[in-house]
Amino acid sequence: MAAGPMKMRATMAGGNTDVRVLMSHPMTTAQSGQPLHFIQNVVVKQNGKTVIEAEISQAVSRNPVFSFRLKGGAKGDKIEVSWLDNKGETNKIESAVA
Amino acid sequence: MMKTRRSLLAALGALLLKPFAALAAWNEQAFGAKTAADALKTLGAATPAPSKDIVIEAPQIAENGAVVPIEISSNIPGTTAIAVLIEKNPFPLAGRFEFKEGALPFVKLNVKMGETSDVRVVATAGGKHFAASKEIKVTIGGCGG
Repeated sequence: MAAGPMKMRATMAGGNTDVRVLMSHPMTTAQSGQPLHFIQNVVVKQNGKTVIEAEISQAVSRNPVFSFRLKGGAKGDKIEVSWLDNKGETNKIESAVA
Repeated sequence: MMKTRRSLLAALGALLLKPFAALAAWNEQAFGAKTAADALKTLGAATPAPSKDIVIEAPQIAENGAVVPIEISSNIPGTTAIAVLIEKNPFPLAGRFEFKEGALPFVKLNVKMGETSDVRVVATAGGKHFAASKEIKVTIGGCGG
């Protein structure tokens, strides 16, 4: 399975910004008998400024789903999430906070 | 001398070709560690202090080890990073999240667990490390995915 599109929902909740993002990715382990293929880096940006940087392993489940929380924020803020995998493939999604 | 310059040029070329990759770092040594203790040592967090201010929400029993939801938040003031380690996985370190100004020390993710194991969370605040763990029982292991 190849890496596919992403989905994201960013909403205001209790005065903070909730970000939920889905990445279509096989996240195969060395134990699976398939070539090791997994996302290594995830970056979250709020209005162009990096707020979260993550390094992850093949222990993250297939088609990773992450929830993050940003302090404050407002409707219309631009949230961007990007990933980079161990094969150099990359993808990103941007949407406005609803 | 020539060799140095050539490797420098090669490095520069790689930078130009892969701007994202050049910026992104992945701690191969920490992620390649076979024990949680070794991974933490590599991260410079060998002896974290136990803390009740790290909240781990996860099922007590996970029927499917391929998708185990874990929600983590740190109530330790000034938390800048959270690492997630699954003690009995072949490579325990599952992820490390750095929270910059503007982000709350919170993350929810799904992980694979090969067998019943403690999940250890290490939070970093003010250069100090704090830890909490929670055991999750796994009915069917999920590292073959």
